[in-house]
Amino acid sequence: MGDLALKVSDLNAWYGESHILHGVNFEVGKGELVTLLGRNGAGRTTTLKAILGLAGRRTGSVKVNGIEAIGLATHRIARLGLGYCPEERGIFSSLSCEENLLLPPVVGKAGLSVDEIYAMFPNLKERRNSQGTRLSGGEQQMLAMARILRSGADILLLDEVTEGLAPVIVQALGRVIRQLKDKGFTIILVEQNFRFAAPLADRHYVIEHGKVAEVVEKAELAAKTDLLHEYLGV
Amino acid sequence: MTEIFGVPIQAFMGQLTIGLVNGCFYALLSLGLAVIFGMLNVVNFAHGALYMVGAFFSWMLLKYAGIGYWWALILAPIGVALIGIAIERTMLRWLYQLDHLYGLLLTFGLALIIEGIFRHHYGSSGQPYDLPEVFRGAFDLGFMFLPKYRAWVVVMSIVVCLATWYIIERTRLGAYLRAGTENPKLVQAFGINVPLMVTLTYGAGVGLAGLAGVMAAPVYLVNPTMGSSIIIVVFAVVVIGGMGSILGSIITGLALGLIEGLTKVFYPEASNTVVFIIMAIVLLLRPAGLFGREK
Repeated sequence: MGDLALKVSDLNAWYGESHILHGVNFEVGKGELVTLLGRNGAGRTTTLKAILGLAGRRTGSVKVNGIEAIGLATHRIARLGLGYCPEERGIFSSLSCEENLLLPPVVGKAGLSVDEIYAMFPNLKERRNSQGTRLSGGEQQMLAMARILRSGADILLLDEVTEGLAPVIVQALGRVIRQLKDKGFTIILVEQNFRFAAPLADRHYVIEHGKVAEVVEKAELAAKTDLLHEYLGV
Repeated sequence: MTEIFGVPIQAFMGQLTIGLVNGCFYALLSLGLAVIFGMLNVVNFAHGALYMVGAFFSWMLLKYAGIGYWWALILAPIGVALIGIAIERTMLRWLYQLDHLYGLLLTFGLALIIEGIFRHHYGSSGQPYDLPEVFRGAFDLGFMFLPKYRAWVVVMSIVVCLATWYIIERTRLGAYLRAGTENPKLVQAFGINVPLMVTLTYGAGVGLAGLAGVMAAPVYLVNPTMGSSIIIVVFAVVVIGGMGSILGSIITGLALGLIEGLTKVFYPEASNTVVFIIMAIVLLLRPAGLFGREK
């Protein structure tokens, strides 16, 4: 593994009084794609939020591109090169499709041009003047991903991007994610859909009860499939 | 003399322009309130007091420093905006996690304190602010005389309102503001300094109140209670227009000023209550306001 894009050590997080993350450890090399797998409520979404400082109080260490981010405000962490695609997609209804796309300020050099993005997501070009929340669920998901590609963030935090989408759209998203990996983006994928994630990822972290319960490398996947199914309850 | 519905046209048009001028102040003030409510979720009761401070600043600039109207038009709103920024940084920002009521109570308390300070130092009789030379006199429009200063207030207010609307609805900065109104955490997760944006929004919102105060100084007496007497009507305007709606607050402000003026012509007894009657009807029929979106 070369340089680390993200190193999370002993990350703890609280929502008010409740202790959600109990010492999460994982690391992602530059250009790698890893998944955070686990059941609902295991702490995967909270892990992504805690990396960005969106999840209440947190302790431990989060190094983004080598810089310690645990004490920084959310907007400063983002500017270290993180692009966040939240589970609820977070499309703004008071902004048009294109305004949503152009909203995130440029935080790094890795960004795609608007033309490249429209080539990747032709639907968004057609609907660029529509109100953001008038787009279909699939289009909103594409928009939520597309807008963090323009900003130049080189580490993408993608939360449940396939949730609730038709199989054909899930396949399209899979192709997009593979293209992004080929372009050198570092990707952390929170997924329920193991069959979607398995062929894409270099490594899987299984989160349970607010910590990493199991690490499965790509090469071990066949041997540990049963174990993973047990963890994921499928 | 020509009459309209049994009222001399001169008197009719006169009341209408007074109504329009009042409407301009309603629009400027409710616009600032709408911007602040949208971004901060704070019902800014200090708005009237800061409008009064704007008027007093321009009066003080003239009296103590000999600085005239044109500079006051720039300096007084900046002064008010700086006061607003200090209020937001030191007090308001601790209340965002709490119920709306706390922000309302804090700003209401601040309004009383600010008004009290000015009343203590300047009494409550009111200070006149002389019109600049260029605004003396009136335009003869044939059917009526339009005082020059009133014309200026109307033009200037509409320009400022439309500029504010344009910035919010059509620019990149405005897109940040609109997005921040919906989901501040996500906007911050994109790398935008939302806390700073909130501070500046509050400053700009009360700066608009300060500007309204400067423009009001030559129209009304500069009086410590001028804020509290206008702010109640302005809140009614905001409720009628719809909390947080930018265009709604501009249109409603102007329209209600005109309606007040018309009521003064045809049924003067109701001119002080007509706004509240409309507010009650709107609340019954469209609780989110005429231009508001249901949440």
